[in-house]
Amino acid sequence: MLSRVASSIYWMTRYIERAENIARFISVNLNLTLDFPSEASRQWQPIVMATGDHALFEKKYGTDYSSRNVINFLALDQDYANSIISSLRAARENARSVREIISSEMWEQVNRYYIELKDSAKTDFPNRNPHKFFKIITMRGHMFTGLLYSTMSHGEAFQFALTGLLLERADKTSRILDVKYFMLLPRAGEVNTPYDSIQWAAVLKSASALEMYRKRFHRIIPKQVCDFLIFDGEFPRSIRFCLKKAEKSLHNISGSPVGTVSNMAEKSLGRLCADIDYSDIDEIIDIGMHEYLDGLQVKINSVGSHIHDAFFKAIPPQS
Amino acid sequence: MKFSNYLTQGFYDELFDEQGIPRPGAQLLINKIESLPANDLIHKQKSAETALLQLGNTFAVYGSEEGTEKILPFDIIPRIIDNGDWHILEKGLKQRIYALNLFIDDVYHDRKILNDKIVPEDLIMSCTTYRKQCEGLNPPGKIWCHVTGTDLIRDTDGKFYVLEDNMRCPSGVSYVLENRQVLKRTFPHVFADSKVRPVDEYPNKLLATLESLAPDTVPSPKIGVLTPGMYNSAYFEHSFLAQQMGVELVEGQDLVVSDGFVYMRTTRGLQRIDVIYRRLDDDFMDPKAFRPDSMLGIPGIMEVYRNGKVAMANAPGTGIADDKAVYAYVPKIIKYYLGEDAILPNVPTFICRDEKDRAHVLENLDKLVVKAANESGGYGMLIGPHASQKEREEFALLIQKNPRNYIAQPTISLSRVPTIVDGHFEGRHVDLRPYILYGEEIYVLPGGLTRVALKKGSLVVNSSQGGGTKDTWVIGDDRGDGTLTSEPHFQSYPATFESESQSQSQSPPQSQSPPQSQSQSQSQSEPGGPRHSFGEGYSQSQSGSPLSSSSQSQMQSSSGGSHA
Repeated sequence: MLSRVASSIYWMTRYIERAENIARFISVNLNLTLDFPSEASRQWQPIVMATGDHALFEKKYGTDYSSRNVINFLALDQDYANSIISSLRAARENARSVREIISSEMWEQVNRYYIELKDSAKTDFPNRNPHKFFKIITMRGHMFTGLLYSTMSHGEAFQFALTGLLLERADKTSRILDVKYFMLLPRAGEVNTPYDSIQWAAVLKSASALEMYRKRFHRIIPKQVCDFLIFDGEFPRSIRFCLKKAEKSLHNISGSPVGTVSNMAEKSLGRLCADIDYSDIDEIIDIGMHEYLDGLQVKINSVGSHIHDAFFKAIPPQS
Repeated sequence: MKFSNYLTQGFYDELFDEQGIPRPGAQLLINKIESLPANDLIHKQKSAETALLQLGNTFAVYGSEEGTEKILPFDIIPRIIDNGDWHILEKGLKQRIYALNLFIDDVYHDRKILNDKIVPEDLIMSCTTYRKQCEGLNPPGKIWCHVTGTDLIRDTDGKFYVLEDNMRCPSGVSYVLENRQVLKRTFPHVFADSKVRPVDEYPNKLLATLESLAPDTVPSPKIGVLTPGMYNSAYFEHSFLAQQMGVELVEGQDLVVSDGFVYMRTTRGLQRIDVIYRRLDDDFMDPKAFRPDSMLGIPGIMEVYRNGKVAMANAPGTGIADDKAVYAYVPKIIKYYLGEDAILPNVPTFICRDEKDRAHVLENLDKLVVKAANESGGYGMLIGPHASQKEREEFALLIQKNPRNYIAQPTISLSRVPTIVDGHFEGRHVDLRPYILYGEEIYVLPGGLTRVALKKGSLVVNSSQGGGTKDTWVIGDDRGDGTLTSEPHFQSYPATFESESQSQSQSPPQSQSPPQSQSQSQSQSEPGGPRHSFGEGYSQSQSGSPLSSSSQSQMQSSSGGSHA
């Protein structure tokens, strides 16, 4: 298929997934406010820290990490390229350019999603009722993903869509975990307090992982939460699960079996998967959770660059 | 709803004669409509609009922040053309296209018609649509204009006139196909009983035309529709046609020239493309050959084309045949190459470069429509009867300053079709754009785009100025195929070029009938270098957000969809 089309499809699902996950990490804090209303206000800064874009935030809002500012920045700020609304605009533009490739249901969904979000951004709804607002964002993302699976042929284009979605999700799950690191950063003394485990539960909830986690580990123990969100082989938002599925999708595109390598993208993703297969949570705690996640995000980005080079920029041989 | 109060008001009406009797072919439809319970027609109109919206033939409303998409207004009362009229139109269009193709080929080769002084050489050489780069080009089969959308109008006397030859990238055929889809559901039985000739063949015919351009050495040619991009107002049509034909929809950035061929950039590397149906104007096709600032084109493609390693429809350079100043000479062009009189007349045209014509135009500015020769889409136009004294004076100055650039025509009163307005019928003015394909044979799609000026009394059918569309029914004889009904003429215009142009003695310059009344429809040829997309490079380059900081890795992002 055309490189431009493949690229648009890959980015379309990445942006939809990004919008959903930004809603998810904002909801870490929203979940906390339900359990611990008095503590909530101090926890908005870590959420921005986890995006890596705190410098952009401070340029615009200074150091006032109020809930309103953070929600405006992460959800509604059209100047911030990774906000929910900007992500959706990009998703929609990408979808528009490949309308003849995707199903009309997918197009209608992303189009309506964007238009409704724009409308609600004009009211104070996201700040007045953030729980409901971010829930809707998450559900809209699920609807799109559902349509992707159930209305689009599972051919090459679909595999690009899936690869984009899964890489984005792996990256974002790592960032949801990272939110917790930034929350603890200034108050190491709070480790292992009841407040600590409520925070961990909020993290799990934001990844829609609380019930699935409890089935496996029952009690909330920080190390096991990390183990679950990074390594679980069955939970569809764990980093390992996403990367392994993305690897499968990449190999579906090239037709070569997993375990062999036919391009740089497969090589770097294969290496990353092997790396995760052969490490465990103790090792990661030794390295330092934040440092590990940071390194992981860099590696996922580099898989993205290799995908770009392998598929999206066919260049004629220089003569 | 009844037609009992419907008035033709002295205009030629496409459904009723001057006594109010339904014209041949329209009776069944009118009976059906009159038999419908009250409000049923309104209901049908609403569901047709909904159906069109769902089919998705929408255009984005630019400048509107909401990114809303609209459908072109559509009226469910069709325009009906009976078999006899259609037969003449079809013959006339085939004749015209055949002759104009010979003309284009001649102009870029031997220039016999110029040397014989049938068309003034300096007129051709001063056309902005003349492409020096096309001199000596030999497109496959010597066919240049593969897709044409000729604009026709019908005067009070019921006669069809050619208003414009759109030989570059005529648009609108997707509306023809979708309007039909919808109307079939609206009046299913009338459809079957009226023997309306089908239009669904168009994508197949277009594909066959494109395939015929590929070199014989390529067994299964790779074909693509080249679009300026999704910001172009006709993007939906480009995407629709690609989809209907099952071929690739490509943008300039998807194509690259290498080792003398044109390739598509695909996920599996470069793949050769053999035929390009381009919906991009000449000017923007190749920055190396034409406008160097074009960001939409493919550098080097003209060289490949010249060497016959890629085919294009239409060929570059066809614009010379739809220049408004050349238009006036088309009857002579037909006579020159074919030795026949034009079957379809031109609207009488005064050429301002001609001294006598110019004097007449300047004296009668209040009665004439003046058009700039190289403009389209209604730009640079004066509708004399509707203009103010000041506007007319301004135009007089313009004409005197640059006479070559202007032509003038009497205002023709366009025919009308009943249209639903506020729950009853009123006549509204229409034009007609049939689509003609020229591949191994010349094919005229039985039907075409009927554009209707929805504003009361308006003669401007452009969508940008309150125009809408109607379905166009050609009432046929069950043969169902545009090429079959026309054997006699079809045979006289073979696709292959059979050289010898006959010099004919010419009739005196363009006969000029006295000005009539009323105004004009404006052309809506696709602006190749589209207003919306030129310069808005749509690129998906990948980069981290440059402003994020420190050890924290940043979210990867693409500029996909953003305006660079």
